[in-house]
Amino acid sequence: MKTRHKRLAIAAGVVVVIGVAATLILNAFNSNLVFFFSPSQIASKEAPVNRTFRLGGMVVTGSVKRTGVAVDFQVTDTAQTVPVHFEGILPDLFKEGKGVVAQGKLQDGVFVAKEVLAKHDENYMPPEAAEALKNAAKSNQKTAASVVTSK
Amino acid sequence: MIPEIGHFLLWLAMGVALVIGTVPLWGATTGRADCMALARPGSYLLAALVTAASACLMASFLGNDFSVLYVASNSNTALPTQYRMAGFWGGHEGSLLLWVQMLVIWMVAVGLFSRHLPREVLSRILAVMGLVSVGFLLFMLLTSNPFDRLFPAPPDGRDLNPLLQDPGMVFHPPMLYMGYVGFCVAFAFAIAALIGGNLDATWARWTRPWTTVAWMFLTVGISLGSSWAYYELGWGGWWFWDPVENASLMPWLLGTALIHSLAVTEKRGSFKNWTVLLAILAFSFSLLGTFLVRSGVLSSVHAFATDPRRGLFILAFLTIVIGSSFTLYAWRAPTVGLGARFALISKETSLLANNVLLMVAAGAVLLGTLYPLLLDALGMGKISVGPPYFDSVFVPLMAPAIFLMGVGPLARWKEAAVPDLARRLRWALGVTVVAAIGTGWLAGSIHLVATCGLLMAYWIFASVATDLWERVNPEGKGVAELRRRMGQIPRALAGMMLAHIGVAVFCFGVTMVKTYEVESDVKMAVGDSTTVRGYQFTFQGVKNVPGPNYEATRAQIVITKGGDKVTELTPEKRIYRVQQNPMTEAAIDAGLTKDLYVSLGEEVDGGAWIIRVYVKPFIDWIWGGCMLMALGGLFAVSDRRYRRKKGEPS
Repeated sequence: MKTRHKRLAIAAGVVVVIGVAATLILNAFNSNLVFFFSPSQIASKEAPVNRTFRLGGMVVTGSVKRTGVAVDFQVTDTAQTVPVHFEGILPDLFKEGKGVVAQGKLQDGVFVAKEVLAKHDENYMPPEAAEALKNAAKSNQKTAASVVTSK
Repeated sequence: MIPEIGHFLLWLAMGVALVIGTVPLWGATTGRADCMALARPGSYLLAALVTAASACLMASFLGNDFSVLYVASNSNTALPTQYRMAGFWGGHEGSLLLWVQMLVIWMVAVGLFSRHLPREVLSRILAVMGLVSVGFLLFMLLTSNPFDRLFPAPPDGRDLNPLLQDPGMVFHPPMLYMGYVGFCVAFAFAIAALIGGNLDATWARWTRPWTTVAWMFLTVGISLGSSWAYYELGWGGWWFWDPVENASLMPWLLGTALIHSLAVTEKRGSFKNWTVLLAILAFSFSLLGTFLVRSGVLSSVHAFATDPRRGLFILAFLTIVIGSSFTLYAWRAPTVGLGARFALISKETSLLANNVLLMVAAGAVLLGTLYPLLLDALGMGKISVGPPYFDSVFVPLMAPAIFLMGVGPLARWKEAAVPDLARRLRWALGVTVVAAIGTGWLAGSIHLVATCGLLMAYWIFASVATDLWERVNPEGKGVAELRRRMGQIPRALAGMMLAHIGVAVFCFGVTMVKTYEVESDVKMAVGDSTTVRGYQFTFQGVKNVPGPNYEATRAQIVITKGGDKVTELTPEKRIYRVQQNPMTEAAIDAGLTKDLYVSLGEEVDGGAWIIRVYVKPFIDWIWGGCMLMALGGLFAVSDRRYRRKKGEPS
């Protein structure tokens, strides 16, 4: 085999590997990217049905109810509240009144969580949860402002 | 006083590093021996200064000097001594100092063990490492000084994060950093060779043992971290595709590629450009990984905003190191030459393919890690890329690499024939298929994915066995002859076989755990029991046990099988006194064929607890495999040919 052919063959092999990898990556991205939604977005029907996404916010104080292995609680961004259902062991740092991020699907208005994410520090607010709270606070202000101006 | 001394020592070290980074480099270019002679003693001086600074920080930790901000944030008087020492690398500032400490240890090692190198080469190598340490020292001194004072000094510290109060914290970070930083040696060798234009087989032989040792440390470091996560996080996972883990996996993948590509460069003189590129990339990824983990970008892109100076410095440093080395590469590499020729079917090609696969895999991991950061930075919404992405991309890319692991070692250099390879490997293939299906049958159920995993594991076992058999017994001449031939196998080769067996053991463990593990979360009152895989777990209640700096609730769970007592496990729920964080401490009965894993959830309606029970078959094989890989590396570097003295023919 000539050197030129050999080089072509090797180059072709590399291209094939990268092509296959790109296909795999695109496929995986398509089905495995997990988007993030806040309770407000869920209330305004922006969140997808039957697709896994992440929900972030604050656990409503006094909302956590255990029934055997299952646990129900509510997550809020101060503007809206979403009920969450989860079966299993909650992370150590899960607390009422603290930030939380849960991953799962929306079913009949209830967010059925497959996973509740643990963070490593008591004072640490998951960035997604912090952002949800901040956005809700902003829109609250806006509403208030518009009420004032419309008067 | 001690912190001020430490701070001063760091500035001195910075000055010395600046001298090592410039003068010997200039000396090597102009041929001035007096300038080059500075490199080695200079490195020793730098190492002494940095070590003394580290000792100062360690002394502040041991002496509970809470007037030092870093100590106050990461330690406490109630903290047991070993964790006060580990508090050294419990945060950002100390980790950077640990990084520099490891770097100067590597510099001393290079100075001690590379006396036989030509003076110009050694000077350049140490100069490059000196420049890297300038960058890190400057970063530390300008933005993250571990010796910053806190006025007024608090009466007690904020304590080390309870999650980090574990023996894993004592060993995992130093091991990992030793590996990360070790790739700096290969990088420095590559840069020195690019500057000097003496990139040849000798260069590859010098670089190989250094790369292998760094890779060994990285392997051990990653596997320690993984087993730590397994027993500490309380949910029994051993790899989460967490960005921090990915940051260590990417340099490992590139380091693995580098080891293989160096083998070709040394033996056959091919792939020189490629090898140099990999050496640069492996270290660049180490840097990227360190910074990703330590700058806080990973938890949120906005962490940059909390201290913009840090973020900017990091970006600038990365740009300078990566940019300048690539510029140098682009400028000098074409002069390096292509090396020896080889046929399309040959050991070279199989190693090249393995390299491409490892690199593409590292690229895919990088993409999955950085993509969410990128989207967030561009304000295009928040997303996360979870384990399913990595599983569905990484595994298919590694499968062909593992197939090649079986073929490559048996293929001949320069030119190999497919029919010959197929004939020699036909037995291996047969054994592999039978064993994979047989294992599934023994385990009780045959799954497609599990069978693929087992095929990979057995394929490596069988092909390594074939390789070994061909080497020791071509004619079949009795036991004594067999043993003699076994003794003749060079250590480097034995190391490779051992490392490959390690990969097989690893694959086997992963497949068995993924397929056959059983997990169950149950609510148990005192006296209740649950049966998983024939093991009966009986909950016998909880009691309070005070620890040195925490209060523990300890559950007692008796495990029986067929009426016989197997063991008794005592998982704990701990509340650390200072930070008041609850921590789950799982209890594990580890075994060769399975782990029994129990962790404590929370208390529900008076006396009953939610308890998580796992049976994890062959999980310890995952880390056992990693240890075998590292051991293989150790064998390989102890090979005689790396111990040639100056003057001997190469």
